[in-house]
Amino acid sequence: MAELLLEVRSEEIPARMQTRAADDLKRLVADGLKAAGLAFTDARAFATPRRLSLVVDGLPAARPDVSEERRGPRVGAPDNAIQGFLKGAGLSSLDQAEKRDTGKGEFWFAVLKKKGGPTADALPGVIDVALKALPWPKSMKWGSSTMQWVRPLQGIVALFDGKVLPGQIEPGGQMAPVTFGDTTRGHRFLSKGEIKVTGFADYVAKLEAAHVVLDPAQRKKIILDGAHKLTGEVQVTLKSDEGLLEEVAGLVEWPVPMLGTIDAAFMDVPAEVLTVSMRVHLRHFVTTKPDGALANRFVVVANNVARDGGKTIVEGNERVLRSRLSDAKFFWDQDRKVTLEERLPTLKGIVFHARLGTQAERVQRIAALATAVADFVPGADKAQVMMAAELCKADLVSGVVGEFPELQGIMGRYYALHEKLPAAVADAIGDHYAPAGPNDRCPSAPVSITVALADKIDALTSFWSIGEKPTAPPNSRRPICSPTWWASSPSCRASWAGTTQ
Amino acid sequence: MSKPSKPQCFQDLILTLQEYWAGQGCLVLQPYDMEMGAGTFHTATTLRALGPKPWYAAYVQPSRRPKDGRYGENPMRLQHYYQFQAILKPSPPDILERYLGSLEAIGIDTSLHDIRFVEDDWESPTLGAWGLGWEVWCDGMEITQFTYFQQVGGIEVDLVAGEITYGLERLAMYLFDKKSIFDLPFNSPDSEVPLLYRDVFLQNEREQSAYNFEHADTDMLFRHFADAEKECARMIERKLPLPAYEQCIKASHTFNLLDARGVISVTERQSYILRVRDLAKACCEAWLATQVAQVEKVAA
Repeated sequence: MAELLLEVRSEEIPARMQTRAADDLKRLVADGLKAAGLAFTDARAFATPRRLSLVVDGLPAARPDVSEERRGPRVGAPDNAIQGFLKGAGLSSLDQAEKRDTGKGEFWFAVLKKKGGPTADALPGVIDVALKALPWPKSMKWGSSTMQWVRPLQGIVALFDGKVLPGQIEPGGQMAPVTFGDTTRGHRFLSKGEIKVTGFADYVAKLEAAHVVLDPAQRKKIILDGAHKLTGEVQVTLKSDEGLLEEVAGLVEWPVPMLGTIDAAFMDVPAEVLTVSMRVHLRHFVTTKPDGALANRFVVVANNVARDGGKTIVEGNERVLRSRLSDAKFFWDQDRKVTLEERLPTLKGIVFHARLGTQAERVQRIAALATAVADFVPGADKAQVMMAAELCKADLVSGVVGEFPELQGIMGRYYALHEKLPAAVADAIGDHYAPAGPNDRCPSAPVSITVALADKIDALTSFWSIGEKPTAPPNSRRPICSPTWWASSPSCRASWAGTTQ
Repeated sequence: MSKPSKPQCFQDLILTLQEYWAGQGCLVLQPYDMEMGAGTFHTATTLRALGPKPWYAAYVQPSRRPKDGRYGENPMRLQHYYQFQAILKPSPPDILERYLGSLEAIGIDTSLHDIRFVEDDWESPTLGAWGLGWEVWCDGMEITQFTYFQQVGGIEVDLVAGEITYGLERLAMYLFDKKSIFDLPFNSPDSEVPLLYRDVFLQNEREQSAYNFEHADTDMLFRHFADAEKECARMIERKLPLPAYEQCIKASHTFNLLDARGVISVTERQSYILRVRDLAKACCEAWLATQVAQVEKVAA
């Protein structure tokens, strides 16, 4: 039994594409092996920013000759059935088939002989087909290449049973072929020169010595363990963020978590604003204090072991964060100088949808619906419902939401609280987009339920009226799906019960 | 006089990058002498990215974004700033190593910093162009945009150009540890007449912001846009892609000014972008025809 090791090295692969690409590589090679009649015991694929790697265990050294029989149509069957049989079996005429009496009549049979031989002879073809079929969400040409890959392809390791497989990928144009070999490279900054490998175990060990952690799961663990250790030392808690962890693990080959500090001047900016700014702009992890409030520490994961212990990297990140947060704070300070009500005229100039009018018109529809819905929601104060419905979209023209659209609603709530509007109104503004997905929480306070329902009914009826029916998949972000999530969410039964009473 | 090993001021940074890319075989060109939104609009990028001829060039391009004006009051935003651009076509296999060499040259020691390549695809709706690449981060700061051009003027490229764009002010703020662009030393603080970025450009930012947002004659600008559009089409008919392209650049900048003056509605905006794109597309097609003709002539 022998092992196949494949590594495809390229310039930096986008983080969001790595997991899928590794899975695709495994699937395509496995399919190719099966089609070539090669059984194996296990296949594992890995990705880093600079490589896709695959190891297949338990392959035979050689394939035996195999013969396969295929029964065709009855002798004397119509010509199109005969032709179909010949084509399917790859025969050119009936001379190559034989007649056999099966006891139920005389049938045509094809005996297909597949020549066996060393496994190594079949592998280059399997690899070639797999690499050419690998579907990247976006791919490109480089230099004078005619082939496409996610980023320029740099090298291929292809070893079977410790020996280099013959083969190459031709990028086309004037480009030199990328020849299968047994050498790779380590970390972009922490390793120099080529690394010769003999097999998977050797490959993993040598990569690690060259500052590359091949397995994304292991990189995530290093990030989490390191981050927990650092945050624990300063009595703060890392805020869990699986999406960010996945992305950061795809940006580094050698993760080095470091702890930084948020300048005190920004700690009165709402936590959501700080969090989104840090996450989106810098891929920083935020931390919380024992009472759950945002702490002034963050974790940044570097891809380098700096010779000053990371001092420069942390200072640099803190500096960039300061400038990013000054922007956010500037918007937050400016936004609070204008009331939500004063923003309403601006909504007249913002198109919601080419066929559904402006945001101001949308607000009018929602307000009218909310008044009607309020009759059915026990405890919904009509004046508060009206106020919340009219102001619910006003934050769309605020500076913070202009910068971070994902904070719509959340910011409206903050501005309403700042203006000392009733808490129920502020909460309804904050809650009215919920549920934003099948797992999101549902509004539960009467005013919130009313405005959120009005918003959903408007989305549903408006889009329906222009022929955009809710055919989108359940994970779609389109507002039109929201009512179905709401209706199907067990956590919302209570609010529905209240509404329908 | 020998240059300091590491740039000490804004102009050192430019000189260092020019010298570095000259050493990589690039032509060192001068800025295009017209107003444009980015270095990509320079004919040395937009047009040279098309066609079968290799092309290595580097240059500084003053870039104008009328809407980004802040009357000199925002420490990090300008309506007139500088980009340094290197374009290598066809992109060589070691282009990233060459780029990293330029960082070493300007004093970014990769054994102290954290350099990352973060996915960032580029698209210019007005040029009908797109490419794949990264923004390059240094300790979380975006210091470069790196793009492999795939399409320009709606035309798929023959040879892929690697485009490297440094935002010079931002990079300089990082290198010289300044919180405001206006505090950047433009020339050496030790020189006979030491000047800061503010001494050179603060008044310009104030006056140009006032022009962009308050005073530009919009009737005149609408006329200029229409004129440029017409002249571009006329030059295309006469098979003169270079003069035609200048009119396209003019139309694009005029649109940006009108946009800053707030006289273009959301719905009109898209149609103006499409009109500029049509011009760019026509210019690119006409240019490509001349390039292919030249290559065929040489071959024949």
